[in-house]
Formats: sequence, structure tokens, C-alpha cells
Amino acid sequence: MELTWESLAFLIFSVLSLGGGLAVVTLRNLFHSALMLMLSLFGTAGLFVLLVAPFLAAVQVLVYIGAIAILILFAIMLTRTIMGVQTTYNSQWIGSAIAALLVFGLLLLTFTPLGDDVFDEQLSANLEEDPVDDVDYVTVEEIGIAFSTRAGFVLPFEIVSLLLTAALIGAIVVAREDEA
Amino acid sequence: MELNQWAFVGALLSIAWLLPVAPIVLNILLAPRRKGEIKSDVYECGVETVGDTWGQIKLQYYLYAIMFLVFDVEMVFLFPWAVAYNALGMGAFLAGAVFILLLIEGLIYAWRKGALEWQ
Amino acid sequence: MTEILIDLGFGEDLADVLAKYLGAGLLAGIFLLLPLFTIWIERKGAARFQMRVGPNRVGPYGLIQNFADVIKLLGKELIFPRNVDRLTFMLAPILMVTSVVGIVAVLPLAPTVIGTDLSIGVLYFISVSSLATIAVVMAGWGSNNKYALLGAFRTVAQLISYEIPLIFSLLIPVLLVGTMSMQGIVEFQGTYWLILYAPTAAVIFLLSNIAEIGRAPFDLIEAESELVAGFMIEYSGMAFAMFYLAEFLHAFLVAVIFAVLFLGGWQGPFAEDLPILGIVYLAAKTFFIYLVMMWVRMTLPRFRIDHLMDFNWKFLVPLSVAHLLVTGFVWRLFPDTDLSGGLFSRLVDEFPRMAVMGLSSVALGIVALSLLRQYAANQRQRILSLTTVDEEYALAITPQTTAQSSVVVVTSGD
Repeated sequence: MELTWESLAFLIFSVLSLGGGLAVVTLRNLFHSALMLMLSLFGTAGLFVLLVAPFLAAVQVLVYIGAIAILILFAIMLTRTIMGVQTTYNSQWIGSAIAALLVFGLLLLTFTPLGDDVFDEQLSANLEEDPVDDVDYVTVEEIGIAFSTRAGFVLPFEIVSLLLTAALIGAIVVAREDEA
Repeated sequence: MELNQWAFVGALLSIAWLLPVAPIVLNILLAPRRKGEIKSDVYECGVETVGDTWGQIKLQYYLYAIMFLVFDVEMVFLFPWAVAYNALGMGAFLAGAVFILLLIEGLIYAWRKGALEWQ
Repeated sequence: MTEILIDLGFGEDLADVLAKYLGAGLLAGIFLLLPLFTIWIERKGAARFQMRVGPNRVGPYGLIQNFADVIKLLGKELIFPRNVDRLTFMLAPILMVTSVVGIVAVLPLAPTVIGTDLSIGVLYFISVSSLATIAVVMAGWGSNNKYALLGAFRTVAQLISYEIPLIFSLLIPVLLVGTMSMQGIVEFQGTYWLILYAPTAAVIFLLSNIAEIGRAPFDLIEAESELVAGFMIEYSGMAFAMFYLAEFLHAFLVAVIFAVLFLGGWQGPFAEDLPILGIVYLAAKTFFIYLVMMWVRMTLPRFRIDHLMDFNWKFLVPLSVAHLLVTGFVWRLFPDTDLSGGLFSRLVDEFPRMAVMGLSSVALGIVALSLLRQYAANQRQRILSLTTVDEEYALAITPQTTAQSSVVVVTSGD
């Protein structure tokens, strides 16, 4: 595979998201972990851009970094005791190592040609072609039309709103229980 | 085409962070550095600091963040709706109106429960 | 630009990338230097508002005062207080500036002069500027200072709250034009500016943006007297200057974005033929908005934090949501006008739609304001009924005290 600018960008964003993810679980300071989570999410946003899904990339930054990560930071600050804990080791590393290896093996089987012989059918993507070039990109307008026509997803669209309202009400009920 | 446009954003963001770094590095190189016991004290109005800084925050902030998150996700759904609005009929208005009014219901609930009061 | 680089002997791919970097560097550099002048305008303007002279020693009219300040700041020690989280502490101002500089990528300066006309330009603007929130938390937490942390939390609460009316008022131009591309929004305004369609949304947009920058009357971010400068308390030297720079650059960019979204951007006579004219028009409109922001800043006192939150959640948010609904409904009543004719026929054809849209928006604004007035009157009545006469005088809220104090002002003025 030759090195194009896209593959260079892909490399950078992959390193950001994977390295960030690794740092999230290895860093001892929870605040630093949360910041690394943001870095990881930013890398993912970059990957969305490379997949020509700019709307998703912007949403990733706006919602995940701008709102959810802030919420996580607030949650960390809320739980005072966690900030003071220095040792968070436990003795389950053998079990988690086995689980991680199993998941990794399954991923290897499904996403690479290795698994094609085992399952006797082609599950993996064809790496010879460049799939990004043949895909019809979905524009934001098409998403909007799908949201608000009966042929599309108008019912799920409204249910999303209902769900969010329920989440809001639930959060208020839980948070204010002690004062009521 | 689309990717080519984003290449500019990539170029901008990859050099944008250098612009503030350069003066700060210059500052570190040029400015004097003298350590002092009192100088490196935390400035809390001249009084010596007591206790741990990274203590507990009020639940209030968390509530605001949750409300913001809910509104934020709602608006993410409304952007495609707004973009496609000209291409659609009255049904699209109704779909959007129901969506927004459900959100308003949540806001009214928060208001009535006093979750919007700053304490 | 790309062609010139290819002529110089670069490969085609490399030339393309180099051209992008040069363009981005030029754009970012120009915008980063602009605050040196806008800060001068601001200082001079503030001085005039307060009947002072302002900077007048360094250079003609004090024009190079800011350059002198930069040199001075370069010589100031960068102090790391004890126990700060060094990396977080230093990354915060850098992230702050980066998030603001990121905005310039999508500003349409003239018909052909734009960093890049992203299809999601408007959303890009919000996303990138929302990164500033993180910088604030990092600064507050990294400083190891209770005031800084408290200030950071208040700031974040303010920033995320005012982002909601900001985005809702942004949805209105997007809905009318049917695109999120900045250039597309400007092109739509060849007939009428969008502020005529939705004046109330424009006001909401400006107000919530002023709050996002953290300027008076929403400058609780700084709050010298209550929080000793909030989250930037421990910063010194250039690190502090970067926060300062980011704030002023953000203020300027907000003025540009307002001009682009609501005042027609580069639109003006002959701008299509002469791009430089478009830049001049945009600069004039931007400067006007910047002046308005300065005027607001100089006139109004600072909000109290509970008032600030109430104003957002109980006034701006419901109003902006209602505005979106009203705009959507009224817009649906009119068929699309044919906008391919000459300017005059377009102006005539589009007029009824524009007028009804504008009037409905103004009506909504008036209803909201009268509700607010009524609420304020009730509040004053409630406070009056609760307090004794002595307290009334202490609070200076009765009509008599106001009348008396105005008399005092007049006599002392003589």
C-alpha cells in the first residue's frame, strides 16, 4: 500500500484514538484519563472525516467532546473520594487478559482473511479495492428528509425526543431526591 | 472533493497550535526565572491555602451539564431537519414541532421542579 | 497558488499540500495579529466612553502601545505555582487559542476568498468553539487553586448554558437558506439580509455569543472582585496573554460570523466582480457589530450569577425555541420565490415574504419582552412588600430614592 496523504492522516488519527484509549485505562489520575478520552474521541472524529461523514465528525466533537466529556469531568469532581485514591490495582488481570485475547481473536477472525477459511465464506472486507471511492455519500439534507417523512424514520425521530425528555426528567428526579 | 476541503482544516489545525506555543516558548527563553518560596505559593487572596483543592463540587453543575447534553443531542437532530426543511411539506413542520414541544415539556418540568434555580 | 508551486518544481501532490499549509498559515497569522489592533480600538473606545484619553504615549494616538505590551509580556516570568499539574496547566492556553483560530477556516471573506467552504460550515463553527470549554476546565483544574477551580466551574456552566440559545438561533438561518455552508448562506442574502427575516434571532445570537466570549455584562468569567479573575488566576506572562488574545480574537470572529450570517457577509454593490470590495464590505459590517459589542460592554454592569442563569434558561432558551417554531411555520406558508431574475425584480418578488417573516419575528420579540417586563415588575413589587422602609433605602429600589438620587446628581453636576 503506497503512502498517500489520506493514509498518513488515517495513521495519525488511529494513533490518536488508540493511544488515547490506552492512556485512558493506564493513567492513574482520573482527570488525565478523562482528558485522554477526549483525545481519543477527537481521533475518532478525524476518522469520520476520512470516511466522508463530516456531519458525524462535527457531532462527535460537539456532543462527545463538548458535552459528554464535560459531564464525565463533572462526575469525577462530584465523587470526591475517587480523586484521592492512588492505588487502583486489583487481582483480576489474568481473567481480563484471557477475555481481551478472546475478543481480539474473534475480531481477527471476522475482519481479516484469516477467518474466511474457518467459516468457509468471505466475511472480511476486500482489501484490494478502495471502498471509500464507490460509496454514495449521504448528505445532511438526505438525513433530514429521512427524519421527517413517513417513508423514512419520522417515528424513531419523535421517539428520540421522548427518550431525551425522559432522560432529562429522570436526571432531575434522581439528583434532587435528597432535597424533596 | 469533500476530503480535499477538509485537508485545509487539517492543515489549519495542525499549525494553529504552533501559533500560541511559539510566544510561550519565546517567553520561557527570554524571561528571568527565579524561584521563591512565597512566589510559588498558590494565590488565594494572600491567605495561606487550607485543605485539598480538588474537593467536591456542587450537584448543581452536574444538573446543568445533563440539561445541556440533552439539548445538545436534540439540536444535533434538528440540524438535518432544518437543512432539509425547504424540500419538505407541512408534515416536516409537524414532525419538527412535535420533536421540539416534547423537549419543551422537559424544560417546563425542570423549571417547575426548581432545577433551574441557582443555589 | 498551487500552479505557482508546481512551476517552482514541486510535485503536484506536494504543491497542493504546501499551498494549503501556506494559505492556512497566512489566514491564521493575519487573524492572530488582528487583536493587536482591535485591542487598541477597544482601549481607545473604552477610554472615550469613560471620558478618558486612553493610550496616547507610544506612537501616534498610542497605536503601537500593544506592541510594547507584547514585548513587555515576553520579558515577564512564567510562574508555575507549587503543585500545579504542569502539562494540563500549559496546554490549556494553547488549546484555547487553537479552538478559536480553528474558526477562521470557514469564514467567507469574499466571493472567492474563503479558507474552505465546508458543507457543514455552521456546525463546524459551533463544534470547534465548544472546545474552549475543555480549555477552561483544564486551566481551572491544573492551577491547583480553589478560586481557579470554582471560577472554571462557573465559567463552564455559563458557556454550556448559553450554547443552547446560540445554536437554536443559528438553526434559523440554516432553516431559511437550507444549507449549513457559510458561502451558501451569504449567497442567499443577495436579495435581503437575513436580519430582516429574523431580527429577534439575530439579537439572541449576538447576546448568547457575548456570553460565550465572556464579555460584560456576562463577564463572570473574569469577575475580578468575586473570583479574583476566575480560572486564569495563576497564569502569568505569555500564558496569560494567550487567554487574553483568544478572548479578543473570539470577540472579533463573533462579529465576523454575525456579519456573515445576518448582515449579508461580503454582499454589496459590485462585490461579485471585485473580491477586494467584498472584503471591504465585510470589514465595515464587522466593525459596526464590534462597535455595538463595545457599546454594550461599556454600558451595562455585570450580571449576578443566578440572574445570568435565569436569563438564559428562563428567557433566551424558551424564546429561541419558540422563534424556531414560529419561523418554521410562517416560512412554510409561503411558496419559494423565483430568485433568478434581476436584483430589482427579486427585491419586489421577495418583499412580502421577507416582511411577514420579519414582522412575526419582531412580534415574538415584543411579546417576550413584555412578559419579561411584567415579571420584573412583579418581582419588584414582591421585594417591596417584604422589606421595611429602612431596607428600601438600603436597597435603593423605591421610586423616591431614585428621584432623590437623580436630584443629587443634577446638583453635583452644576
